[in-house]
Amino acid sequence: MSSYLELTARQRIPAIFDPGSFEEFLPPSERIASPHLAQLDAPVSFDDGVVVGRGLLGGHVVFGAAQEGGFMGGAVGEVHGAKLVGMLRRAIDEKAHAVLLLLESGGVRLHEANAGLIAVSEVMRAMLDARAAGIPVVAVVGGSNGCFGGMGISARCANVVIMSEEGRLAMSGPEVIETASGVEEFDSRDRALVWRTTGGKHRYLMGDCQMLVADDTAAFRAAALEAIGGIGNAGLTLEDLLAEQAMLTRRLADTEGLVEPMDVWRKLGVPDPASVPMLDADAFLQLAAPYRAGGQR
Amino acid sequence: MSWQTLATQLFPGGHDILERDNFLSGTAQVDGRTVAIIGTTEHVPIGIEIALAQAQAILNTVQEHPGRPILILVDTQGQRLRHRDEMLGINSYMAHLGKCVDLARRKGHTVIGLVYDQALSGGFITSGLIASACYALPAATIRVMGLPAMARITKVPEERLTELARDNPVFAPGPENYLRMGGLHGIWQDDLANALARALAECGTDDVRMALGQERGGRLLAQPVAQAVRTGGHVRPT
Repeated sequence: MSSYLELTARQRIPAIFDPGSFEEFLPPSERIASPHLAQLDAPVSFDDGVVVGRGLLGGHVVFGAAQEGGFMGGAVGEVHGAKLVGMLRRAIDEKAHAVLLLLESGGVRLHEANAGLIAVSEVMRAMLDARAAGIPVVAVVGGSNGCFGGMGISARCANVVIMSEEGRLAMSGPEVIETASGVEEFDSRDRALVWRTTGGKHRYLMGDCQMLVADDTAAFRAAALEAIGGIGNAGLTLEDLLAEQAMLTRRLADTEGLVEPMDVWRKLGVPDPASVPMLDADAFLQLAAPYRAGGQR
Repeated sequence: MSWQTLATQLFPGGHDILERDNFLSGTAQVDGRTVAIIGTTEHVPIGIEIALAQAQAILNTVQEHPGRPILILVDTQGQRLRHRDEMLGINSYMAHLGKCVDLARRKGHTVIGLVYDQALSGGFITSGLIASACYALPAATIRVMGLPAMARITKVPEERLTELARDNPVFAPGPENYLRMGGLHGIWQDDLANALARALAECGTDDVRMALGQERGGRLLAQPVAQAVRTGGHVRPT
């Protein structure tokens, strides 16, 4: 077993795509870095924290991206966002089999605030354009920085979200909430609470992620293959969104007054919720199957 | 500007907008056409309930009034910062709202955003920024976050950020800068009703913000980078 969590973006690409098949677009040798970081004396990176390109996955032509959590937390700036958008548009031009996004991001890069915010919204629209063109979009969240802010929203614009328990998917990070609303609102140092609230098992039980795997590159690759093979119509229909509206409405009603994720799991019917964080992925999936709140593919 | 004052100026032909818990919904007459209105007021943080209410209003419009234009009135201080919202997956609620707006556009509804007071970050990204075109009033506040918070997170001294925010559109808040960056299509002055009618008539369906940002000199690399990636070309020096 080899951990996905600790890998860099450039190590993840060959571990997930068919070996040797990935061709990077606008590689670091082109030396295109963010134009905004230097004026803040911040370091730049010649891939601006994201690898985009085209490769094979199980023999199919799949376009992909991997965000580098080690560079500014994988946050999205002008160039980073434009690379993602360009790749998504090219996937449509070339009628890709699918798009695979290996996400690891704090969201908008504050060093280039306005450009980052607009860029994230462009990524969302480009993802939905790809889906509308019939191209399945699969998001993978398993990096140590998690997937937050605008990219946390973008992840949920994909057909399928694949997570590990160690992955985290949310909007505002616990530190941001603690700073704004106090430690009694969200104690960011309570790591168990952070994972119960934003980690893969909770998201899977709630229906916000469709596949949960162990923190293992082979498991992520297998899940990506399975996800792409299982998507019928990539685009969104009114019926899909009415069903999602119903699921999200039900979630609100079913959890009224609850503030502790374990209580939410109990309400879903999960026996012995306290044991959930201790289970390995397989044991968890067996336990969770009958109690998931929705979000099946 | 209060939403009531705004509505009077925007809709001389009349409207039936109602406010409930800072959520606005209703219809208005624009140039003899009925337009669906959704929005928020009082700088309300966007929590899961209000995101869901906006999504419901969009879906109702798509179901019951095919093709009816939609105007999103934006006034928010950003996403609600609560543990419960995160536990329930506020990112999913916001994505759902964004997907509903996107569906409406694909089904032929013209969707326009208007920042009439305040727009921050998370609350803006799945409202005005996912509309087909977004506009603002001159006095609107638009930003990702306040400079003190930004200084804390980026570790760049606040004085330095304040200095940069004076003339650098990448940092500086406000509609003029978002206009230069291509994030806004335009700023509405004086005759708001006329501006809205024109926006509805002119609105396209493609995302042209990178091209606008390049034309207006606020975002010089986004368009060439996206284009180089798309075509396998190179980024020409700017």
